[in-house]
Amino acid sequence: MKENTICLSVNGNNYDLSIGTNPGEVAPSETLAQTLRETLLLTGTKVSCDRGACGCCTVLMDGEAVPSCTLLTVECEGKSIRTIEGLQNPETRELDPLQQAFIDNTAFQCGYCTPGIIMSSKALLEKNSAPTEAEIKEALSGNYCRCISHYQVFKSVKDAADNRR
Amino acid sequence: MATEYRYIGKPIPRRDAADLVTGRAVFIDDLCIPRMLYGKALRSPHPHALISSIDVSKAKALKGVKAVLTYKDVPPDWISGLPPHRLVLDRKVRAVGDGVALVAATNPQIALEATQLIDVEYEVLKPVFDMEEALLPDAPQLYEQFTQNEFTPGCPMFSKEPFKHLQRGNIEEGFKEAAFVEEGTFSFDKFPHPLPPEPPGVIVKWDSPTDLTVWASSGAPHLMKMILQFRMPGVNIRVIGLHTGGSYGNKQIISMPTFYGAVLARATGLPVKIMLNKTEHLLTWEVRLGSRIHGKVGIRKDGVVSAFQGMWLVEPGFSSELAQGQMGVGLGEAQVMLAKCQNWDLDTKCIATNRSPGGPIRGFGGQELKSAMLPLIGLAMKKGNFDPVEVFKKNFVQPGDGYFWRDGNWWTCRETDYVKTMEEAAKKFGWSDKWKGWNKPTAVNGTKAIGVGVGVHGNADVGEDESEASCRLDAFGTATVHCCIGETGTSQRHAAQKMVAEVLQLPMEKVLITNADTLVTPFDFGLVGSRGTITVGTACIKAAEDARRKLIEQAAAIMHAPPEILDTRDGFIFVKEDPSKGMPWIAALGSPERTITGLGVYHNNFTTPNFVIYFVETEVDLETGQAKILHVVEGTDAGQIIDPINLRMQLHGSFGAACVDTALFEESVLDQTTGRILSADIIDYKWRTFNEFPPFDTVILESQFDTHRFKAIGIGEISGAPGAAAVLMSLSNAVGVDIMEYPATPAVILKALGKA
Repeated sequence: MKENTICLSVNGNNYDLSIGTNPGEVAPSETLAQTLRETLLLTGTKVSCDRGACGCCTVLMDGEAVPSCTLLTVECEGKSIRTIEGLQNPETRELDPLQQAFIDNTAFQCGYCTPGIIMSSKALLEKNSAPTEAEIKEALSGNYCRCISHYQVFKSVKDAADNRR
Repeated sequence: MATEYRYIGKPIPRRDAADLVTGRAVFIDDLCIPRMLYGKALRSPHPHALISSIDVSKAKALKGVKAVLTYKDVPPDWISGLPPHRLVLDRKVRAVGDGVALVAATNPQIALEATQLIDVEYEVLKPVFDMEEALLPDAPQLYEQFTQNEFTPGCPMFSKEPFKHLQRGNIEEGFKEAAFVEEGTFSFDKFPHPLPPEPPGVIVKWDSPTDLTVWASSGAPHLMKMILQFRMPGVNIRVIGLHTGGSYGNKQIISMPTFYGAVLARATGLPVKIMLNKTEHLLTWEVRLGSRIHGKVGIRKDGVVSAFQGMWLVEPGFSSELAQGQMGVGLGEAQVMLAKCQNWDLDTKCIATNRSPGGPIRGFGGQELKSAMLPLIGLAMKKGNFDPVEVFKKNFVQPGDGYFWRDGNWWTCRETDYVKTMEEAAKKFGWSDKWKGWNKPTAVNGTKAIGVGVGVHGNADVGEDESEASCRLDAFGTATVHCCIGETGTSQRHAAQKMVAEVLQLPMEKVLITNADTLVTPFDFGLVGSRGTITVGTACIKAAEDARRKLIEQAAAIMHAPPEILDTRDGFIFVKEDPSKGMPWIAALGSPERTITGLGVYHNNFTTPNFVIYFVETEVDLETGQAKILHVVEGTDAGQIIDPINLRMQLHGSFGAACVDTALFEESVLDQTTGRILSADIIDYKWRTFNEFPPFDTVILESQFDTHRFKAIGIGEISGAPGAAAVLMSLSNAVGVDIMEYPATPAVILKALGKA
């Protein structure tokens, strides 16, 4: 780690970000969600409750689903982050099968919580390729959705898992 | 018999689907305008107080702060509310969270820090938190102009004369006819929050001293523009809607944030973004109206309700955005449910207290009334030992029945008869086996008691207000629909695209829709009251039909053929009998520089109420008082289905937006001492998590209603409206005693059981 610099990988791209309070720098008080949205302009990650309770800001950190609104960017040195923008195949631009399953089942209404739900589902499927319904529900229990797209989401995650086998 | 369509009724992915699953869709907080500042409000810690002094010098001195404004700096003639009563900032604050001062700064953190540097001294006043206490002669007065805290009745947007007192027939005669009479007081007054995931937000920019552009998380840009133009005299307002992260009727008119942004943008000469954070959202944004009824109901021997009398008290906290209008709709919806009742005397009052404002949410007044009214009707049904499904079948509106609607006019129902829907849904649920009688459990297994409940709701607002659209056909075989359709999750843009593609027989990707921008679209009232399907649908269908007619006539003239023998498909006009003869649209137009535009208009009509019936099975732990929902069956008749998945999800939406779960755990918890809402973040505000969703079945009939070309009717807005009352009924049946309090937490249930 260089002094006053934070290095992290986001969707396969490496960033060396300066720490400070000047424009363009990452303030020590800045959350990972803020850095993703405001510095890297990856606005697919949403902030809703800003308390780690709603899952809208979920990203993958070294494969684990984490709420990016409760992590300080300066604590993410050397971490590999994956956001909703990083799920497509970087070469072919083909959608991740999970994203495609959400489209095929219209597993969203307003779509505000959708990126977080997809990232939580992704973390689950990376570890457990054949989750039971109870395991899907448990994995998503930290994700808030108020339009109530839950039943279509269950089906999408199940479909995506079934298609992998 | 339903017609077989190319798109209508088929599940087709939304055009914005890929944007939503890849994070490309742009919501208000994703948008930045060059040189944009961030606005923040300092909010009152007191429920009722006068500002005796305010010093902003330290805040102004903070680096990055561009403006600090107080009540002394705001236009006196910008007033929101119904009737106008809420200034941009006032010397008096009327609830915890009410605005005290405004800051604009170069980033949100500086803006927040600056609000904390403002020194304010308050003269604290006595607050009032209950609507009936607010009516007492010695109660604290919130506004000079509203004597005894009663908001002036009426909603001029809906009716010329206030529709506040429903009087029909002869109430004494009605009670004489009744064999079973019950009366009492019933409340739905815990102010649950609809809580869309995205907080309300706007970006406000002055294009000239009189031209204001507002980017807003609104699903009804023209409605928002219309209301704001009345409240900001002399200002031309343009509202641009973006992807909106949930509204549920609650984020259509983004009023106060626009005021805040507009004064800050004027003071600094720069665009200003105002985003509420989640605590501000929970503390200061509109919650469900408090609702209490002192009522009396009479039911005849045959199960027909013959008289309803009462006083309905409604509490929109310290500010009414549209409450009096919601009350008019509520009175109408009560008549839709009890359409055979000819004798009514139901008066209303709309009362101010020192609580968060109450406003429009799906259910729009009717849900608040019904949640209080159904338990009362249930008691009378119990007295007569009626099966509630049979009572609903006997009383719900049918063609020929009439009602006074929100405009104060008498409307007669046509087309819609829902008896069959009730029967089919009851069958799917297994009602006849599970219903054992009032306060009788369906089953008891050890300490677990199971009960069932049912509720109904219908709303004639499905045909409300005006919609206009135009449809432009070009030489490339593309149809562009000009119509102001927001996207809050209801997929109405998708539905309009399907309807236009069906009329013009175009591939879906050849139908485009303008953004929801009031500058470039004709008027549309917005996506409220389940109106989109009929109203927006009619305007778009008519516009497409008009354009198609002109196109075919032009081709017919070139071909020297009568227009009746021609048809069009996929951008090609052809002779029906001989499809090899014809021409592409470009030939009919004569040049790629020429287009054809068709127009479509829809006018207000309240003759086709929609309908849902909600069956619920719950289980109560008799030792802990914990209740949970085991199974839901919701039935409706949507006419021709436009999109099956989106329709089903609208029914599932009954679990969101402060609907069904207001019977179990959703409420805003008020600290009576400080006047502060204690449940002001989404850790403390209770919501149903993914692992708590019960099996949910739907029964959707497809009568071909004479509404428009595709015979459909909207139902989304009302899906949760009967749910809370149905849950209370099921709990009473499970435990064997009346449960009459929302939400029925374990403490409420144990108290009813005499265990606490």
